[in-house]
Formats: sequence, C-alpha cells, structure tokens
Amino acid sequence: MNPFNLFFQFADSFAFIVLSAVGLAVIFGMMGVINLGHGEFIMIGAYGTTLVANAGAPLVAAMIVGVIVTAVFGFLVERTIVSGAAINWVAERTLGRSVIEPLYDRLLDSMVATWAIGLILTQGVRIVFGNSIPQLNTPLGSIQYGGFSYSVYRLVLSLVAVCVLVGLYAVFTHTKFGVRARATIQDPETARSLGVNTDEMYTTTFVIGSALAGLTGALYAPSLTVVPSMGTSFLVEAFVAVVVGGPSVLFGTTLSGGLLGAINALFTNLYGTFFGQIAMLLTAILVIRLLSNGLTGLVETVRDRKVGE
Amino acid sequence: MGPASAFDRARAPFEGPNTAGNTRGFWIGFLAVFAVLLIYPLLFGAYAASNAAQFLFSAILGLSLCFVWGYAGILSFGQVVFYGIAGYTFGLLSLNFGSALVTTLALPAAVAIATLGAFVLGYFMFYGEVRDVYVTILTLVVTLVLYTFMGQTAGSEWTIGSVALGGFNGMPAIPNLTLGVDESALRLSGATFYWFTLLSLAVIYLGLRALVNGRFGYTMVAVREDEDRTQMLGYDVRRVKLLVFVIGGALAGFAGVLYATWGNYINPDVFGITFASIPVVWVTVGGRRSLLGAIVATVAIEWFRQQLAVTGSQYAIVVVGALLLAVVLVLPEGVVPWMRARLRNRSEHPQSTDSTGVVE
Repeated sequence: MNPFNLFFQFADSFAFIVLSAVGLAVIFGMMGVINLGHGEFIMIGAYGTTLVANAGAPLVAAMIVGVIVTAVFGFLVERTIVSGAAINWVAERTLGRSVIEPLYDRLLDSMVATWAIGLILTQGVRIVFGNSIPQLNTPLGSIQYGGFSYSVYRLVLSLVAVCVLVGLYAVFTHTKFGVRARATIQDPETARSLGVNTDEMYTTTFVIGSALAGLTGALYAPSLTVVPSMGTSFLVEAFVAVVVGGPSVLFGTTLSGGLLGAINALFTNLYGTFFGQIAMLLTAILVIRLLSNGLTGLVETVRDRKVGE
Repeated sequence: MGPASAFDRARAPFEGPNTAGNTRGFWIGFLAVFAVLLIYPLLFGAYAASNAAQFLFSAILGLSLCFVWGYAGILSFGQVVFYGIAGYTFGLLSLNFGSALVTTLALPAAVAIATLGAFVLGYFMFYGEVRDVYVTILTLVVTLVLYTFMGQTAGSEWTIGSVALGGFNGMPAIPNLTLGVDESALRLSGATFYWFTLLSLAVIYLGLRALVNGRFGYTMVAVREDEDRTQMLGYDVRRVKLLVFVIGGALAGFAGVLYATWGNYINPDVFGITFASIPVVWVTVGGRRSLLGAIVATVAIEWFRQQLAVTGSQYAIVVVGALLLAVVLVLPEGVVPWMRARLRNRSEHPQSTDSTGVVE
C-alpha cells in the first residue's frame, strides 16, 4: 500500500463526504427539515456550471452562476413548499385561509415532500436536457509520483472542503446572523420576542444550505459525469455523514468526514472501490446503532466525564 | 337471529376506531367490489388479469408499509429490502432444485428468510434505541447497501448452487408460483395467479384490520403517539416495534415472491432508490393511517404509471412527484381519510357546504 495513495484517497473521500453533507447538515441542524432532494440540488449546481461553461464562460464564472442558480432555486422552494408562504399568500386571498403548514420540525413530512421535489427535478432535467450533456474537462492537470498520478483539481477540492467548514464555523459563531440563526433553532418563541425575524432566518438558512449544495455541484461538475441521476450518489454520503455526525452539525460533519473518509480510503486501497463503499456504510450503521447521538454525542460524553473528574 | 345480525357479528372483529369503514354499507360495498374483482379475469381474459395482478401484489407491499408507518410510526424505506430478499430467495431455491415440491416450499421459505431479515434488522435497530428519523435513514442505507452489493454480483464467483445472482442482468427464468407435488402440481399463471393474489390481498387486509383494531393494534397506536408514555404504562415499546417490523417484513417478503414469480425475473432495481421510494408515495397519497387508502392509492398510482409508460410518456415520474408533493402539503393525512371526513360531514349536515376538509 502506497502511503501517498492512501493519503490522496483519504483527502478525496473526506472532501466528497464533507461537501456532500454540509448543505444538508446546515438545513437539518438549523431547521429540522430533512432535505431528501439535497442530491438533486447538487445536480442543479452541476448542470448550471456545465451549461454555462459550455456556452463559453470561464470555469470559475460558470461555477458562481451554478451556485447562484441553486441558491435562487432554494429560495423558491423554501418560499413555496417548505414554509408554504407563497402558496398560503395566494390561498388566503382566494380561499380565505391558508392551506399549508410549514414543514419546519416535521421530519418525516419534510422528507417525503423534498423527496417528491427530487423526483420531479431528476425527471424534469432529463426531459429538458436529455440523458447526457457535453461534459467539462478536469482543469489543473495532475501530479506524478512513483508510477502513480493524482489530479491536482481533486486536491484543491479537499482544501475547499476545509475552507467551507472553517467559513461556516465563523459565520455561525462570529456574526450577528449566526447568533440569530442559532437562537432561532434553540427557541423560536423567545427569539421572536427578542425581535428576531425567525421566518427570515429560516429562509436565509435554507438558501445558504442550497447555495452550499450548488457549490458542491459546481465543484464536482468538471470531475464527475454530470447526469440527471447524479444526485443519488451524493445523497447517501450526505445522509450517512450527517447522521453519524450527530446533533452538532458542523463539528459532526467534520468528524464523520474524517472517520468515514479514513475507512473508505483504507478499504478502497486494500480491496477496491466497492468494498470501500460497503465498509463505509457498515461503519455508519454501526455508529448509528452504538452511538445514538452520533460522534459529537460521544465527544460531549467524554468531555462531561473529564469535567466530572 | 336474522341474517342481518349474523352479518353484523361477522364484521365485528374487523371494526374499530383504527380503520375506516365500520358500517354495514361499507361491508356490502366491500363484498360487491370483491365479487367484481373475482370475475374480472372471466370478463377480460387471462392477460388483463395477469396485468392487474401486479397492482394487487404491489398493494400488499403498500399495506406492509402502511402497517409499520401508519400504525406504529416507523417510516421504513426498507420494505423493498424484504421484498427483494424474498424474491431472490424464491428464485435461488426454485431454480436450484427445480422440482414442484421445492418450488411450492420456496414460497414459505422465502417469506421466512425475509421475516428473519426483518427480525435481525429490527432487533438491531429497536433494541439499540435507534429512533424516528434515524430508523428511516438506517433502512435507506441498508437498502442502498443491498443495491450496491447485488449490482456487483455479475461475475461467476457470485453463483449460489447452480444459479448466478447475475448483477444488473438479474435472475431470469424464475418459475411460476406452484402449489403441490410432482405433475399434479398447480402452476399459477394468468387468471389463477390473479385469483391467488386477490385472495391473499383480501386475507391480509382483513387480517390487518383485525390486528389493528385488537389489543395489539391499540398498543401500536399508543407507541406511535407517544413512546415514552407507553413505556411508562408498562409496555415494552421495543418489543412492540420489533414485532410490527417483523410482520411488515413478512408481508413485504410475500409480495416480493409474488413479484418474482409474476415476471419470472428479478434484478437489483428492487433495491434501487426509486423503487424504495414508491411505497412511501402510495402510502402517503392514500393516507398512512388508512389500510384501505394504501390499497386504493397503490392500485391507482401503479395503474396510472403503467398507462403513462404504455403511451411512452416521460412525465409519469413528474406527475407522481407532483401528486406526492400536493398531498403532503395540502392533505397530510392522505386522500382517503380526507374523503371519509368529507362524506361524514355531508351525512351529518346534509345542507352545509362546509369546505374545511381537514381530518379530525
């Protein structure tokens, strides 16, 4: 086993897991909404990027467009479906009553509703753009070492993953918005009475989560095959990472990205991609079974015990 | 004692607050629909019957999810796991031995394996205090593990006995459902398969009605409404959930055997994410707390999907998705409970045009 291979494999899986999960984690952790359409949000980001880049725009500009398109889409979904505000606005003026209960903290209903969005998106994109579109080339070339080569772009992705985590941590702990957003999660009533516009917080959070999904799609557009069904491959990693991570979502996503990425890298190197995948999923099953509060729950327990001594 | 009171006594065990349809009128309608379905093959021929049979065994799969989700609050994406496991087991057993006797026994054996699978997974989850949405995600992960696993079994090393698992090529030439020994055995196809499926569906529906309206059903509903309180009252919540999950797994497994013998074929798509989600669509649209709703919605949606597929339309999934979305948002209780509430409103206030169609 070549140590470089192992390291690059780890960086690669870590980046993939973290980038897949982070948008989902923000929305789940902050709003109690499980976005089963998360993979399809990523797909939108990838399509936006690929289509704009194919039209001749520079790659970075295309990526920014991909992120913006997904964020706008997330905004529309939040306003019409998750909060139901837009539909209720119309209904109140035509039927005289609101018809939709917001999906906040209705975990199972939010799963089913966003699942439906995912179904519509996958098939909708297939109808509009067909089963495949011209793909982008991976930029930045590759590095050579001892008979192996590794794509520089993928290495950049793992750096981006770390930056995204650090950035989000800063936003949620060191800005006014972050404090308000966390207040909204902890106790919406009190937050509202202290003058926080909780509706706006939910919408902003959902848009941030969507933009992160779009970013993931944009970043992977040049290095994966962009097809309508690509969301599924992100969805599994995303879910597993969020669930394994536990209630403290950002820290949890980092930890589970580390653990699952390491296991995936190790088994992929030893026995091939398939076993890497299976070993990762089995680890996730074990963690969910053994640690009901995920990895961050375990960390907190250990910390409490230390303090107790 | 007249026939009317005998009829009332016969329907008593199947009635209660946990199901719709507790009137004499409902049962007369039920028997009428059942009678029409019975003569359906005589009216439209074996091909139409065989086609209709797939809606009926899909309804059994729908019922299995309705039972675990609607009555015990366990949203499982894993019903298709047991469906697929049973289908594959049936194929492996019947193809390996080939005799009528083994094919006959393969049905209960496959259901038993699926049930065992449900027991192992359920024990692992519920006795490990895995709850709510984590159960959902765990079942989804298990489904995808199986999908990944079965998808890579194309090589010749994945041969069990003399039968290859076949990866995405699937397992062809699975024999028809067989009842009996040697040459005299009854091989079900076309109309006979349809009747077998219809009868099974009716028995399962009635059985589940009796179950959810009995003591155990009340316990299940209590667990759904408030696990901690049920536990405080002295019930073993873990055992209740495990039992429900196992029953659901057995029903899904039974439906899976019918599926494998119906098309004489099974492939890993039964574990795929699209197929895994379809039962959730059926049950949500029909009304997750309504067994009847699950059946009606399954048959309606599957029929509709087939119609769109026949006309070559790519919009089937879009329409199904939109329907699902509309139901979750506007009628979270599902269509059938909503209609039931509307009907009840109308019969109680014949003049009122009250439009608050919200269920209880």
